Amino acid sequence: MAGNREFYYRRLHSLLGVIPVGIFLVQHLVVNHFATRGPEAFNRAAEFMGNLPFRYFLEIFVIFLPLLFHAVYGIYIAFTAKFNTRQYGYFRNWMFMLQRITGIITLIFVVWHVYETRVQAALGVEVNYDMMANIVDNPFMLGFYIVGILSTVFHFANGLWSFCVSWGLTVSPRSQQVFTYITMIIFVALSIVGIRAILAFA
Amino acid sequence: MSENKTVRLIITRQDRPDSAPYEEEFVIPYRPNMNVISALMEIRRNPVNAKGEKTTPVAWEMNCLEEVCGACSMVINGKPRQACAALIDKLEQPIRLEPMRTFPVIRDLVIDRSRMFDALKRVKAWIPIDGTYDLGPGPRMPERKRQWAYELSKCMTCGVCLEACPNVNSKSNFIGPAPLSQVRLFNAHPTGAMHKAERLRAIMGDGGLANCGNSQNCVQSCPKGIPLTTSIAALNRETTIQMFRDFFGSDEV
Repeated sequence: MAGNREFYYRRLHSLLGVIPVGIFLVQHLVVNHFATRGPEAFNRAAEFMGNLPFRYFLEIFVIFLPLLFHAVYGIYIAFTAKFNTRQYGYFRNWMFMLQRITGIITLIFVVWHVYETRVQAALGVEVNYDMMANIVDNPFMLGFYIVGILSTVFHFANGLWSFCVSWGLTVSPRSQQVFTYITMIIFVALSIVGIRAILAFA
Repeated sequence: MSENKTVRLIITRQDRPDSAPYEEEFVIPYRPNMNVISALMEIRRNPVNAKGEKTTPVAWEMNCLEEVCGACSMVINGKPRQACAALIDKLEQPIRLEPMRTFPVIRDLVIDRSRMFDALKRVKAWIPIDGTYDLGPGPRMPERKRQWAYELSKCMTCGVCLEACPNVNSKSNFIGPAPLSQVRLFNAHPTGAMHKAERLRAIMGDGGLANCGNSQNCVQSCPKGIPLTTSIAALNRETTIQMFRDFFGSDEV
C-alpha cells in the first residue's frame, strides 16, 4: 500500500466535501436565514448554535479539520488541472473549470469570513446580528459576501454531482444528466436562501 | 475546373525532441477527395514551403489509413483526431496541424505514445489463458454482452482522450481514460473476470482512476464513440466495493 495513498485521499476529499462540510454549509445557510425574521430571531438562533453542547469538539471535528483537509487537498487538485475550455467548450468541461475556480474563491472567502467572525469571537467579540450588519454595511464587503456565497453554493452543488460520480452512485449518462438538473436546482435554491439571508443584514 | 485550387496548411514543426517548435506554411495543389494524409504525402513529394523555399519533408506517423490503428492522431484545427479520417473538403483553411503535445514530441507531428502502452501493461489489459496444460474452452459470454463489450474493444490507443483531458498533463501522472476503460472491458470478460481484483487494485494506485476530474472531454472526443465516462463511473462503483472488501475482508474469494 506504500506510495498508494492518492486514491484514498481523493475519495476522502470527495466524501468530506459532502459529509460533514456540505451538511454544515446547508445548516449554516438555514440558520442565517433567521435574519430575514429580524435581528431578534437571528440572535436567538445564533445563541442556540453557539451554546450547543460539545461546541469545541463539534467545531474541530465537524468543521475545521474536514474543511482544512478538503481545502489543502483541493488546492493541489485545482493546480494540477490544465484548463482547456477554449478548445473543448463542452458543458461538463466548463463545470470542471468552474468547480476549481469557485473552490479557490470559496477558500479565500471562507478564510476571510472565519477571521472576521469566529476568530473575532475567540478574541472576545460577540457574534450577533449587529456584527454582520456592520460588516455588510460596506457595499464592497456586501459584494464580496454575495460572490462568496454564490461561489460556495455552486461549489457544493456541483461537488455533489461529482461526488455521486466519484463514488459510483450515478453511472449511466442518463443518471448523470438527471443529477445535473437536480444539483442545479440545489444551487438555485441554496443561493436564494443564502442571498436572502445576507441581504437581511444589509 | 479545380486545376488552380490549392490547399493551405500551417504545420507546427519541431526538428528534435528537445528543440523549439516553429510554424511552417505550405500551399499544395488541390485534388478531389484529399485527406490530411494525402496532403502530407504531397508535401513529402515536393518539400517546398509557401515562401518557395526548399525544406525538409514533414514527419508524421501512419499505418492503417482507415481509423483503426490510431497512429496518425494529431491536432487538426485545434481538435485531436486521426489525419486519415480528416477530409480536406470538410476542413476550414488554412488547415492547422500540430502534434498532440500531451505526449513527448519526437519530430514534427510524430509523438511517443509509450505511456499509454505502459499503462495497459500496468492495468493488465489482457486475459491470461496460458497454462501448463490445455485449459479447455472458457465460459461463454452472452451475445448481448459480447456486442456491448465489442464497443469497448474498439479502443485503438490513439491518445485523443488523453490529449483532450485537462487532468492529463505534465503536472499530473494520470494514466488517462483509455486504459481505464480497458479495465472494464477485460473485467467484463468471463475469463478476464478471474483477475478482476488485480486490475481494480492497479487503477486504485497513484495516477489511476481517482485522478479523473469528470470534465468528460474524453467521451466527447473519442473517435470510436467509446462510453469512456460511463466506464469510469462504473469503475468508481467497482473500486468503492473493492476498497471496502480490501479493508474489511470479504466472504468472496
